[in-house]
Amino acid sequence: MPTKEAIFETVKLCLVEALSVDDDEVTLEASLTRDLGAESIDFLDIIFRLEKAFAIKIPRGDLFPEGLQTNPQFVQAGKLTPAGLAELKKRLPYADTTKFEKNPSVSNLGDIFTVGMIVGYIETRVGGK
Amino acid sequence: MRWFWIDRVTYLEKGKKSRAIKNVSLAEEHLHDHFPGWPVMPQALMIEGMAQTGGILAGSVSNFTENIVLAKVSKASFHRHVHPGDQMVFESELVDSGPNGYRAETRITVDGVLTAESSMMFAAVPGISGETAFVFKDNLMALLRECPGFDRSTNGFSQ
Repeated sequence: MPTKEAIFETVKLCLVEALSVDDDEVTLEASLTRDLGAESIDFLDIIFRLEKAFAIKIPRGDLFPEGLQTNPQFVQAGKLTPAGLAELKKRLPYADTTKFEKNPSVSNLGDIFTVGMIVGYIETRVGGK
Repeated sequence: MRWFWIDRVTYLEKGKKSRAIKNVSLAEEHLHDHFPGWPVMPQALMIEGMAQTGGILAGSVSNFTENIVLAKVSKASFHRHVHPGDQMVFESELVDSGPNGYRAETRITVDGVLTAESSMMFAAVPGISGETAFVFKDNLMALLRECPGFDRSTNGFSQ
């Protein structure tokens, strides 16, 4: 089983290729959208590269959940409701939502999609330590 | 009318590989200005030809019921100039397929010599169920009618 460091190095390589960023920009804390400039199609690009690099299949919505923002039960007045937050944590158990919970505005949602979150997800899929 | 930067699809293996040709002619007006006295096929138009070859291949996965939109050119390299009289052969391979998009790698050769290569991503946008998606309507499908294996009754490829 790969170590967390080994997973991070492979994830970094995938992100450098998908987003044309320098490898020193890819830190565990870096947000994919805010810091690394990822746009919607890049998420699919990242998934394709991760699937190849780790020889896994990533089901739709598994890494980047869909439909959360359009559900009025989960989003009201531009913010995630307590039910929305609970759903988010359920779908992304490997994401660090501590900072986001202080101001759960939809516009801040991109901040939880970090490099560290991807590493955490891959760890659960390949059983890293 | 729409912009065609391939003349004919000559081979299509559904969801796997496609091949198309374009004959470059001095009758094409853009070559008069690009460049005066030294006509060179613009590389941006070669990218469009690669996008059409790869896009048709991506469309074949759903028998052309999904709209396929060029979303990202991850890589494009050009190794040689293309001039009037040359025949470009475009060959695309679908290297990744997902629920909402595809990646195709395409190369162009002229007389068997590698001239350009690219890696492109296409987004798949669902069309109206059971109908040919609007990006594949009209003349774009005409490019396929002479292609071996194309079934005119279903507007698709059986295999």
